[in-house]
Amino acid sequence: MANNLNIEESPVSRLEGHGDLILDVKNKKIKKLIFRIPESPRFFEAMLVGRKYDEPSHISSRICGICSVAHTCASIKATEKALDIKPSKQTINLRKLIYHHENIQSNVLHVYFLAAPDFFGVGSVVPLAETHPEVVNIALRTKKMANDMVRIIGGRAVHPVRTVVGGFTKLPTKEEMIKMKEMLKSCYPDLEKSLEVLKTLDIPDFKRETEYISISDTSDYALYDGKIKSTDGWEIDDQNYLDKINEKVVQYSTAKHCWASRDAFMVGALARFNNNHDKLTDNAKKYAEELGLKAPCYNTFMNNIAQFVEIVQSVDDSIRLIDEILEEGLDEDKAMAEIKPKAGRGAGVVEAPRGLLIHDYTYNDKGRVEKANLIIPTGMNYANIEKDMHALVPAIIDKSEDEIKLACEMLIRAYDPCISCSTHFLNVKLVNK
Amino acid sequence: MNKPKVGVFGFTGCGGCQLEILNLEDQLLDLLSAVEIVHFTEAVTEHSDTYEIALVEGSVTTKHGVERIKKIGDIAKIIIAIGACAVSGGLNCLKNLYGLEKAKELVYGDKKEWIDSIEVKPVDEYVKVDYYARGCPPNRFEIVDIIRSLIVGRKPEIPNYPVCIECKRNGNTCVYEFGITCLGPISRAGCNSRCPNSVSGCGACRGVIDDPNVNAQKDLLKEYGLTVEDILQEFNLYNACKGKTIEQKNK
Repeated sequence: MANNLNIEESPVSRLEGHGDLILDVKNKKIKKLIFRIPESPRFFEAMLVGRKYDEPSHISSRICGICSVAHTCASIKATEKALDIKPSKQTINLRKLIYHHENIQSNVLHVYFLAAPDFFGVGSVVPLAETHPEVVNIALRTKKMANDMVRIIGGRAVHPVRTVVGGFTKLPTKEEMIKMKEMLKSCYPDLEKSLEVLKTLDIPDFKRETEYISISDTSDYALYDGKIKSTDGWEIDDQNYLDKINEKVVQYSTAKHCWASRDAFMVGALARFNNNHDKLTDNAKKYAEELGLKAPCYNTFMNNIAQFVEIVQSVDDSIRLIDEILEEGLDEDKAMAEIKPKAGRGAGVVEAPRGLLIHDYTYNDKGRVEKANLIIPTGMNYANIEKDMHALVPAIIDKSEDEIKLACEMLIRAYDPCISCSTHFLNVKLVNK
Repeated sequence: MNKPKVGVFGFTGCGGCQLEILNLEDQLLDLLSAVEIVHFTEAVTEHSDTYEIALVEGSVTTKHGVERIKKIGDIAKIIIAIGACAVSGGLNCLKNLYGLEKAKELVYGDKKEWIDSIEVKPVDEYVKVDYYARGCPPNRFEIVDIIRSLIVGRKPEIPNYPVCIECKRNGNTCVYEFGITCLGPISRAGCNSRCPNSVSGCGACRGVIDDPNVNAQKDLLKEYGLTVEDILQEFNLYNACKGKTIEQKNK
């Protein structure tokens, strides 16, 4: 029982970055609650200035190793928009394909390696390998499949080489496309097994309605391209993101805070599901239903389930994309679009695994970056994480300190905050006053 | 060394090197059974300050980072720098190139005083580094080989020959033929020439070999009508901190 509570958690582990949680409760009322990201800042917006148009995608890929394909694609899209470069349909299909597999790789990492140990009551994936080897083996197989796909299409799993402004430096072969389809088909039994495991998890009961923002497209469950859509009822062209998304510097954090229609919003798998659930494949819809995920869902902890549903969606849609690419035939002539350096501005907006990601570049007439603005998903979720904490803590204040600590950690982890793009991990220190 | 205690530590970087360890899929469980992981920011909650081997990812870019790396240096018997950011400062050094104060001002404006950020330096500017797993990202199999070598007590084999050797062995057409510049002739191999394999130029993310044949690189540039300046910007992507440009190396 904790009437007064002082939690200083620095850093929360198993976030791909570093975060501090400072929680001060007196007489069951929250006096102070701060989730902060003291990760050393990187200054990418400065690093990009002066670079030639073919370099930003390789530089900004290094913002995050876990979502390097997302940063690469956001960067490429921004440059192509600014320089008026038109990639071929084949290029876009291949980008969508590689994109799916970073999303799978990242979601597997998060669901199984980072979040699952909490549900199985172990500290990490290391003891989980001893207590639940089958679960870890499923995770490793699925992750390997996704990484191998990225290796085939992008040339390597982290920081892809072949995905560049204009298209691809090298195309996969027809044989590789067929092999990838076989790899995809062979992972369905593991998805079925995962489903049975996930059904047994005791997802915390929590509800806090907020604004959910993601990209959205008329044709597919959008990850690579679309308009920006909110559950608050607005939809805008991606180039006009500044009309809705605001950003400010806060003293206790190197990641900037964002807001849109209200004082906070959520991005990521759950936001995508809430906006685009009707675009899921029938198979993915079936998985969502069996796991009790229904739109609109206001339980942040269900973000993990939405991530798993997206794995199924990405496998299904990858097979469709491969069929489409093979049917049209791989064409070397369509690998690269024509590039002419010129002045201009463009925004590249995509769904990184952790949510909406925006790169915005202004080029001079020599094709060099004059100005860059980057808005990352963790920065967007920041304010919402704090709001969720304010809702969660009073509801569990009568539990033991360890339980409160764990619940707070799990809630933060549910967001999968990739803090390397800004941030570190939480270290909980509890002091009763 | 019998089942050594290993800590994996992240400094300023993208987390991609730690991810490459997790990307060992087929070998991950074997690795976890050969060593005892006592600290792994990206994957493990438990952490301990007792370890023999420290794998360090990222560059040191904050005052807080300087304290952390010195503490690791006091505890660890062996330090392995993993990835370009830890080894040479890597891409982070573009901040130094732009100018620290200017960068703070540009990104954080009048709030720049709130930000702890110092000149970017590689790990070995602060502590003795025993082994280097170079590259951006590093070769995950090379990381395993270094650890395996430490366990069985042999010297890990780190290539000290240029990427061109691997590239030729892989049967690639030289990318200069496609009008692409490449630092392969002077860059350290060990990546299996992965960028030229994908018809892209090598950016020397594993740094320069100990005794590079600078004249060969210059001759090659001349053959294709290029100058050192033409490739310097590319070289600076991963090597701006060390300041060992080709020209300086030659002096």
